[in-house]
Amino acid sequence: MNRLSIEGVSRNFGGVRALDDVSFVVEPGTIHGLIGPNGAGKTTLINILSGLLPPNTGRMSYKNCDLHRLAVYQMAAIGIARTFQNIRLFPHMTCLENVEAGQHLTSRRSLLPRLLQLPSARREDRQLHERAMQTLDRVGLADKAYYQSRNLSYGERRRLEIARALALNPSLLLLDEPVAGMRQGEASVVADLLRTLCREGTTILLIEHNMSFVMSLCSRITVLDFGRVLTTGSPAEVRACHEVIEAYLGAGVPHHA
Amino acid sequence: MEHLLQFYAIYGSVINFIGINALMALSLNVTLSAGMLSLGNAAFAAIGGYTAGILSLHFKLPYVVSLAGGTFAAGLVGLVIGLPVLRLRGVFLAMATLAFGEMVRLAAVNLNVTGGAEGLTGIPNVTTTWMIYLVLAAAAYFLAVLRRSRLGWGLISIREDETAAGSLGIRITYYKVVAFVIGAMLAGLAGGMYAHLNYLITPRDYGFFIAVDLLIYNIVGGIGVWYGPILGAVMLTALPEVLRGIGVTAGPIRLGINGLILLLVILFLPNGLASLFSRRQRSDAKVEAG
Repeated sequence: MNRLSIEGVSRNFGGVRALDDVSFVVEPGTIHGLIGPNGAGKTTLINILSGLLPPNTGRMSYKNCDLHRLAVYQMAAIGIARTFQNIRLFPHMTCLENVEAGQHLTSRRSLLPRLLQLPSARREDRQLHERAMQTLDRVGLADKAYYQSRNLSYGERRRLEIARALALNPSLLLLDEPVAGMRQGEASVVADLLRTLCREGTTILLIEHNMSFVMSLCSRITVLDFGRVLTTGSPAEVRACHEVIEAYLGAGVPHHA
Repeated sequence: MEHLLQFYAIYGSVINFIGINALMALSLNVTLSAGMLSLGNAAFAAIGGYTAGILSLHFKLPYVVSLAGGTFAAGLVGLVIGLPVLRLRGVFLAMATLAFGEMVRLAAVNLNVTGGAEGLTGIPNVTTTWMIYLVLAAAAYFLAVLRRSRLGWGLISIREDETAAGSLGIRITYYKVVAFVIGAMLAGLAGGMYAHLNYLITPRDYGFFIAVDLLIYNIVGGIGVWYGPILGAVMLTALPEVLRGIGVTAGPIRLGINGLILLLVILFLPNGLASLFSRRQRSDAKVEAG
């Protein structure tokens, strides 16, 4: 089954319960939002899903694999790619090279044909190069292909990180605040890209604080607060949920006070 | 032609020494390119040198077989040491490999088979200049190609950002161990050739300062390209001879001059001397400064 299912995941940091019995399902081919106030445990959940942190208890499965049993590098092999909240690009590489580095699992780049200068090696390099260019074009960075990645603007770096993740040809994309710090126009470019990816069959789980972005893009939303799931539902259901409003705005004034 | 021969007659040993040092510097570059600071490569050269020397001296094996034996012995020790040690990062890796280097040196001083503090003498001197430079060229070509291979892309990604590299499906520990073993084998090969150059090897040839010299060659020359460490090794090995040529006895102030060069390079050419030849790295440094 291609759905990502999270069942009873908990994680403590010392005495702090960052995630408390979190369960929800991300249906294949949908864009699923993960929202909640700061410190709700959103990034912790993404780190657990991508293998950077082990959960204390709970199970996660995707494509018939128990994710908590896999090493980080195996996550990419079953089609899970991610971006980072605090952008982790390769700073001394060009944009193009960043994407080419992302092609690690979708390339061969064997040593022997390269040592012998075989034409097959040159052909492969050319194909990888072209594919990386196309990926850059998807995020609108084709004209910056030969810029060093550290010289990009903040929003451009976020888009480049998405491009590097796309180079893996992922079936599940975990995005940690993909449009944070972006201008409205830039964010809508990313939104269009994510919609296209979704139509092509990619499943997307994203964390985002930009509410209009989340509400217009996601078909399902899970709300976390203090490590617990408040609710999972459609944008309309989430917007109407009493507990969600309380978590964001504080408890309302009682009627009969 | 006559002048050339005369030059070689006087400076032949320096030319050989430059080649060996360049090969050793390249061996360290493999691990440095993945962002791992290893101070164990002098020890790997010692393992290669002693193994090859003993194979030639006591077992009367042909030169090439002895060299191969030394290379693989160094690679094997690299594998055994690398598996636990490569869990460490940064300065902790440097400390662990430094300790390993001292262990090897002390073992060489105290074992009978290595000839103790006086070293191993009577090794046939069959290494010639063209052999050294042939191996150096082959190693440089190998490393240059390696950078464009899957392993090379993986190693550079690990140096740039280990966490991100892992998320791209790069097997970090495996790649690090492979790089460490390749570096150890190259150092072992250099050590074996050096042992067959001088009739003898002693534990002093592979101490802590040699390990540091290898690092300085890389920094001065530049880590990012294959010819960087070669440039650094050539320049710093030839420097005392050049100074002697212009009438300065370099002996006591050699280390001071090395330090000065190192400082100047770090300050003004952060990507090493190699960046003088590569437009991209130079323009890049400018962008950073501006």
